Order: sequence, then structure tokens, then C-alpha cells
Amino acid sequence: MAEMKVEIKKENLVYQKTPLLTDNTMHYCPGCSHGTIHKLIAEVIDEMGMQEQTIGVSPVGCSVFAYNYIDIDWAEAAHGRAAAVATAIKRLYPNKMVFTYQGDGDLSAIGTGESIHVCNRGENIVVFYINNAIYGMTGGQMAPTTLIGMKTATTPYGRDPKLHGYPYRIATMIAQLEGVCYVTRQSVHTPAAVRKAKRAIRKAFENSMAGKGTSFVEFVATCNSGWKQTPVEANKWLEENMLPFYPVGDIKG
Amino acid sequence: MAKIKGTVVIDTERCKGCEVCVASCPCSVLGLAGEVNSKGYHFATMVNPDDCTGCASCAIICPDTCITVYRQKFD
Amino acid sequence: MEEVRLMKGNEVIAEAAIRCGADAYFGYPITPQSEVMETLMERQPWLSTGMVVVQAESEVAAINMIYGGAGCGKKVITSSSSPGVSLMSEGMSYIAGAELPCVIVNVSRGGPGLGTIQPSQADYFQACKGGAHGDFKLIVLAPASVQEMHDFVFDAFELAFKYHNPVMILSDGVIGQMMEKVILADQHPRLTDEEIAERYGSWALTGKPASRSRNVITSLDLDPYEQEKFNQKLVAKYKEVEANEVRYEEYLTEDADYLIVAFGSSARICKKSVELAREQGHKVGLLRPITLFPFPTQRIAELAGQVKGILVAELNAGQMVEDVRLSVEGKVPVAHYGRMGGAVYSPDEVTDALIEKIINRK
Repeated sequence: MAEMKVEIKKENLVYQKTPLLTDNTMHYCPGCSHGTIHKLIAEVIDEMGMQEQTIGVSPVGCSVFAYNYIDIDWAEAAHGRAAAVATAIKRLYPNKMVFTYQGDGDLSAIGTGESIHVCNRGENIVVFYINNAIYGMTGGQMAPTTLIGMKTATTPYGRDPKLHGYPYRIATMIAQLEGVCYVTRQSVHTPAAVRKAKRAIRKAFENSMAGKGTSFVEFVATCNSGWKQTPVEANKWLEENMLPFYPVGDIKG
Repeated sequence: MAKIKGTVVIDTERCKGCEVCVASCPCSVLGLAGEVNSKGYHFATMVNPDDCTGCASCAIICPDTCITVYRQKFD
Repeated sequence: MEEVRLMKGNEVIAEAAIRCGADAYFGYPITPQSEVMETLMERQPWLSTGMVVVQAESEVAAINMIYGGAGCGKKVITSSSSPGVSLMSEGMSYIAGAELPCVIVNVSRGGPGLGTIQPSQADYFQACKGGAHGDFKLIVLAPASVQEMHDFVFDAFELAFKYHNPVMILSDGVIGQMMEKVILADQHPRLTDEEIAERYGSWALTGKPASRSRNVITSLDLDPYEQEKFNQKLVAKYKEVEANEVRYEEYLTEDADYLIVAFGSSARICKKSVELAREQGHKVGLLRPITLFPFPTQRIAELAGQVKGILVAELNAGQMVEDVRLSVEGKVPVAHYGRMGGAVYSPDEVTDALIEKIINRK
């Protein structure tokens, strides 16, 4: 029987890197969810043919350098303020596709006010919220979403509500705001989850261009170095600890 | 009986050896190589190439988008 | 035929913003300047010129909306008052750090803390010495009339886009709240998106066409030597501003033996103080800095060669007096007279202070 060897040629191509991802090596730790999420956003913008119409707003945090990885125009916002920056850009360029890409500290700690009010105004943007329950860039401190008992650089004995308050689910809070048309929680820790997440991103972008109001896409994500685990362990830990508290699925719309 | 076979090409310099693809492959095709790339990472490689079906699970989850996937039908 | 109206300073800021073709205003209510946004909301420029007006949830949000709008090459303006401007200071440093053009109006009030709502000039340091982290400066214009509130909106935008830097109009509760005759400019058209892409497409966020690489608005650099080069670029920019953009007004300085230096609403009062002093036989003149940065250092140094002493009259504990002393370099005595917290002096108080602290100085 002839040796069945797949030829490496265009006709046989099933999957390749989207041209919207630059060739810059990402500074993220090996296995970090950021890289996978960046890829999905870049792929959806590419598939929608919107590279020339999209403006992104990156936060302060690990993903501050998102502008080095997705080849579109970017504004880098002060910590917590991406939603305000994006509001102005979308109001001034209503036909552009505008989104923010923010971590849990950026969006639900220092930027809580901006995050709630961009949704309350129903700005036609997409808010991507990467919830990995820790401050990665600054070295693993507690985030608003750090789970009870979870050890971080600022909760070395585990998060204790009496000292550090409770983790909170901002997605379910903003789901009640009129201006928000779509709220969903996704993850990228398995191929199946990645496929679902990509569909959610597409839906959110389409909502924003159809003027239906704000779409809020939360990714329950890993920070393996902050959690002091290997990437594979972190994906498993996410399933066993993060997802029960931050269940994935559509919350609104 | 027609048979679908797949294969992957891994950008070994871009790979950080995070092993997420290895854990995500439904057919245990992938593993970490013994050698390391210029950054010292044991990059991912096909340890059971014949079992690859070209489903691209590895490629879509790879955080650094190092994997290109091909698939071919053999009658 | 000129359009002449009787308007409040705050209202004129709004009217001038619309007429100079501003693309957006982002603000937040705070006494004594809320009429700026009230006027804009009442005029509804989005129906006529297409200008966007948004009431933000805080001054922090407002200044970051300014950052976003300016990052798109659009003409954006905000206004606030002292405590609100303090909240905006981080944003101003980012805007200067990203070299973005915008206009920020501060209708100052008595401080510190919640303070009062009466006029004050105690934000001079905040406005002129950067007022936030890092080596950057605001270009600062100080209006002393409702007409200047109008004119300086046009001038501020020109300076902002000429130097890619935030420009502050440092006003106060008096100028903001008082009504005066004002000649209104006619409507200047807003730039179209195409014109913006053409003029500012090399840096502004317009959506990345295939014809250029992506634009990134950021003030971040992890390489200190690159950041130092950037800082040197800012220093050179501010040197150029100092060389080209100094503005001031003089009153009766030709034969002056003594000089009063005062800006904004204080300068209006001091014109009367000069006259009162002359009635008592003292030849006194007034220099009114219009740009607080760049400061009229050179002219004050020249006048210091002509007069025997200088009084700096300002509604604060002594801020601009330091810049006057730096300009005078000890050639002649420089004294300060001030009222604080929102209290305002009358002309004779300043005249008496000049006589006591400078003219009859032992």
C-alpha cells in the first residue's frame, strides 16, 4: 500500500496563522491564555474583513503590549480607562469597529467606574475582559476576582474576605444595564472552548457594528506563572476552581 | 475505503514548549522534543505522526500560533 | 457684520468650541464651570456641526475620553475646575506623553481640598509646573475677559495642534461667571475624516489602511534610553514654545518706576490699582502675562532694569511671584500680595501693599 504521506501544499492547508497577527514573539509566559485570545480576536477581525476599520484599546497590564501583536490601529489607555478612551473613539468614528481589551485589575478594580458607565451608556463597542484572578504584569498580586483562599503575592496565606473582601462577578452585574445587549463568559483552556469563544467574539463584534449597544465578552483565563503551575495544570485548575465560580456561557443576549 | 490523514508544521523557534497542544491533541500525536530551540524551550513535535487526522485542535489552542495544519484524502 | 452678544465666560467657551469646529467635548459638572456643558447640551451642536458632547462619569473618565479623541486626530476640549482638574492630571501627563493635541479649561476655585466655589489663582503651579508626573508642560493661556475666553479657545487649539501638546486655558470663577460683551467668530467647518487622515494619518488612529503600518497611541517605553530621547524631544519642544509663543500685555509701563505683575482677573483689578497709585504720584505700570507657560521672563527682566521694585499680585499664597523672581534675578526687590481661598482683593489693597512693601520699603 503506497506510503500515505500528507503533502505540505496550499491545497491541503487546513489552518494557518492569520496575517493580522504580527510576527513579533509574544512576551506572554508559555501557555498564557492571552496569546490564544489575541489570536481569536485577530482571526475574527480578519474574517470580517475589518482590519482597516478596527481600532483597539489596550490596557495597562500584561496585555499592554497587545498593540505589538494584532496589526490594527491601537490606543494604549491609562490603567482602568480603556472604556473611556474607546467611548470617545467610537463616538468620533461611529462606522469603525472599536473594542477594549482589559485584564481583571484594569476593568474591575481601578476601572470599575469606566467599565460600568460605558455599558450604561450602551456604547457600541466590544469589551473583552480577561479574568485570570491575578495581577500578572506586576508580579502576581490579588485581583478583585481572586478566589477565596487563593494564594497571591498580596494574599500569601490565601484570600481572606475579612481582610481582602470577596471576589465579584462584574459580568452578572452589568448584564442588568439597559445599554448592554450581550454578556457572555468564555474560556480558551480546551479546543472546544476555543471554538465557542471565537463564535462569541464574532457575535460581539457584529452587535457593535449593528449598533445594538455594548457587548461584554469575559474570558475566564489562566495565569500559570502567577498561579505557580505549569500551563497544562493551570488549564485543569481553571476547570476545577475558576469555572465553578465564573461559569461560562451566555448571560445575556 | 478513503482515509483522511493530517500533518502539522511547527514553528519550533516560536514555540515556548507550554505543552498545551500536547494535552489538547485527541490522538496523542504530539510531544515535547528532546532538543531545545534557541531560547532553550523543548519545542512541540509529532511523536506519533501517523495518527494525526488534521483536526487542528492543537493549532487553534496554541497561545503562540506556532502550528500550521494540513490534511489530505487518500483513496 | 460682527455678531456681538452679552454672554458669561463659561457660555462663551462652549460657543467658541462649536464655532472653531471642535469635534467633541467631554466633561463633568463642577461649580463654577458647569455652564460650559449646559450650554453645549442646550445648543445641541451634534445636530448642526456634528460635534459630539458627552457627560462622563468623572473627570478621570472625561480626560481619558479626551485622550481617545485626540488620539484620532480630532479637535477635543474639556473643562473643569480645580478639584476636577486635579483628577485629570494623570490623563494630562499621558496626553503630553503621547504628544496629543487637546484643550483643557480650568475655571479655578478656592482650594485646597473641596475649598470654595469663589475664584482663585492657586492652580498656577499645577498648570505651569506640569501638575502631574514626569517632565512635561502644559502651554497655559490666562484670559482676563469674556472676549479672551472666546479667542483663547481658537488660539489654544492652534497651539495644541502646532506643538502636539495639551493646552490649558487657566481661567477662574470671576471670568467664568461674569457677563461681558463678546464678538463671536463665525462658524469654522470641522475637518472631515478624509482631511484628518490626510493631515494626521501618519500618527492618528483612523483605522489602518493597507497603505501604512499601524498607528499606536502610547506613552509607554520600557527602554529608559529611548524614553530619555523622548524626554529630550519634549524639552526641545518646550524651548521652541518659549522662543515663539510668549504673550503679555503692558499698561502704563513706559515711564514706570514701579511695576505690578498680575494675570487673569487679578490683572483687571490691578489696572485700577495702578491708576490709584498714580493719583498718589507714584509712576506705576502693569505687566499682564497672557501665556503663563511660556512665561514672559525676558520682558520682566528688561523691566527690572527700568523699575525700582515689583509687586506680584495674585489670588494665592505666592506662586507666580517665584517665576518673577527667577526672571528678575535679584536686580530689584520683588514682593507678593495675595488673597486666598476665594477671597478677592480690592484695587486699593494692592495699591497699599505696593506702597508699603516696595515703595516705602526700608
